[in-house]
Amino acid sequence: MNILVFTESAEGKIKKTSLEAVAFAHAMGGNVSAIAIGQVEQAELENLGKYGATRVLHAADEKLNQGVIQAYAAVLAKAFQDEQADVLVLADSSLGTPVGARVAAKLDASLASNVVQLPDTSSGFVVKRSIYTGKAFANVSLTKSKKVIGIKKNAAEVKEVGSPASVTAFQASLSAADFSTTITSSEKATGEVLLPEANIVVSGGRGMKGPEHWGAIEELAKTLGAATGCSKPVSDMGWRPHHEHVGQTGVKVAPQLYIAIGISGAIQHLAGVNSSKCIVVINKDADAPFFKAADYGIVGDAFDILPKLNEAIKAAR
Amino acid sequence: MKILVCISHVPDTTSKINFTDNNTKFDTNGVQFIIGPYDDYALARAVELKEASGATITVLNVGLADTEPTIRKALAIGADDAIRVNAEPTDSFFVASQIAAQAKGGGYDLILMGRESIDYNSGAVHGIVGEMLGIPSVSPVMKLEIEGVKAKLAREIEGGKEYLEVSLPFVAGCQEPIAEWKIPNMRGIMSARTKPLKVVEPVATDSGVRLEKFELPPAKGAVKMIAADNVVELVTLLKNEAKVL
Repeated sequence: MNILVFTESAEGKIKKTSLEAVAFAHAMGGNVSAIAIGQVEQAELENLGKYGATRVLHAADEKLNQGVIQAYAAVLAKAFQDEQADVLVLADSSLGTPVGARVAAKLDASLASNVVQLPDTSSGFVVKRSIYTGKAFANVSLTKSKKVIGIKKNAAEVKEVGSPASVTAFQASLSAADFSTTITSSEKATGEVLLPEANIVVSGGRGMKGPEHWGAIEELAKTLGAATGCSKPVSDMGWRPHHEHVGQTGVKVAPQLYIAIGISGAIQHLAGVNSSKCIVVINKDADAPFFKAADYGIVGDAFDILPKLNEAIKAAR
Repeated sequence: MKILVCISHVPDTTSKINFTDNNTKFDTNGVQFIIGPYDDYALARAVELKEASGATITVLNVGLADTEPTIRKALAIGADDAIRVNAEPTDSFFVASQIAAQAKGGGYDLILMGRESIDYNSGAVHGIVGEMLGIPSVSPVMKLEIEGVKAKLAREIEGGKEYLEVSLPFVAGCQEPIAEWKIPNMRGIMSARTKPLKVVEPVATDSGVRLEKFELPPAKGAVKMIAADNVVELVTLLKNEAKVL
């Protein structure tokens, strides 16, 4: 089986979720080629070999420095054919998921996104996908000879399994139509841990009483190396930016640890966090429904608990 | 301007998910169905564009006859007519093929839908439709302004947003805060009853995806409560028991 992995990058570095995609492909067995698109540091490319890629391709065309959905899909479809790949693996993201859809249509491939574990190939090719926003799973057979699978965060563990690989330049044949959307600018929080990729998330709700109290949440997040999140009302009221909204219609997270402070736990919020490994809930209302979905809970005043928790974690680490 | 808005008919976000028939069918018992929340944002933006500068809105759903109340709701919110493709929406490729078949030759300037449906969460239909029609697709779109034959969009990316320009026609997968959800008024509800709803049969496709079985996650264990004055114990448990620190 020949597997091609699309590895996404940000500021020249390969994203951690894409390393998981390489690890996933390696664990599937077979021949793994990884492809990176746009500007990526040379050492980052070579290191993909360590995580299981035997070949690394790099499409470095200057026009590809921005993630244009159609152009990326064209590059991946060509690489898939050139490498005689059977499966394309990518990490689901705001870019990966829409790109994967177009690639699947170009190649006439079977498509599955939100895949949570390795395919079962004992009879056919069966993948387990998360559905109903984390409330259930579907086991589906992918029956076409070509397949595109998008994996959810934590579907594979990143491990060093090999040595750095050499990098081959990849020439994509792109047309003007592939660039019919133009990215004019972007704004991005810098120096922060990105919410969808974070291993630990500290999230605040209406119980925080106002944006001026977010310092305590940010302090705790800093101590933990965590991303900060919030509930929908908090983002709706403009206390925090929309990209921090965790829930059914916001970001769905899957961290090792999710700490919810002053969030009551509406079912729409739970839909965004139910893939977390461990959930801690801190709320002054003992009847908050979130406690039912939590692993650990504390009933008490957030403003009193947060600084103490921060100190206790500092002392323990 | 002609706008096609594709809507899914999905369980309300508060629904308990269960399966029947040996875990091969969704259990609709006691479940309230709604317009997909992301599709609802797409529809609301289409209605705003119509109110601002005139447009006709066709709403499209791939579903069996039981989705018609959901389609009528979209008509009540402000769509002008509707198409129902008479088939079960089994997977993204199948649904996208039906949308592309209806859109072809329809002369739509804009094809809007949600970033994903909240049942299968694939987030793929907009991309496949774009590819099938040979036009751009952008998702997840949180802002959409039309300026002549061009559109200015904002797309949510991890930790921020990206601003784009694209020429019409194109496909957009929408999300908040592109528009405020609209609640149908009495006049809308009355007029929706007589707006045209065309039922068409599906085109044949091979999506290469076959459901084997559904599965529910294992039940969560009971919560462990810790006294507010004993945060040190919480840290110890996170470290030694849960092993997440």
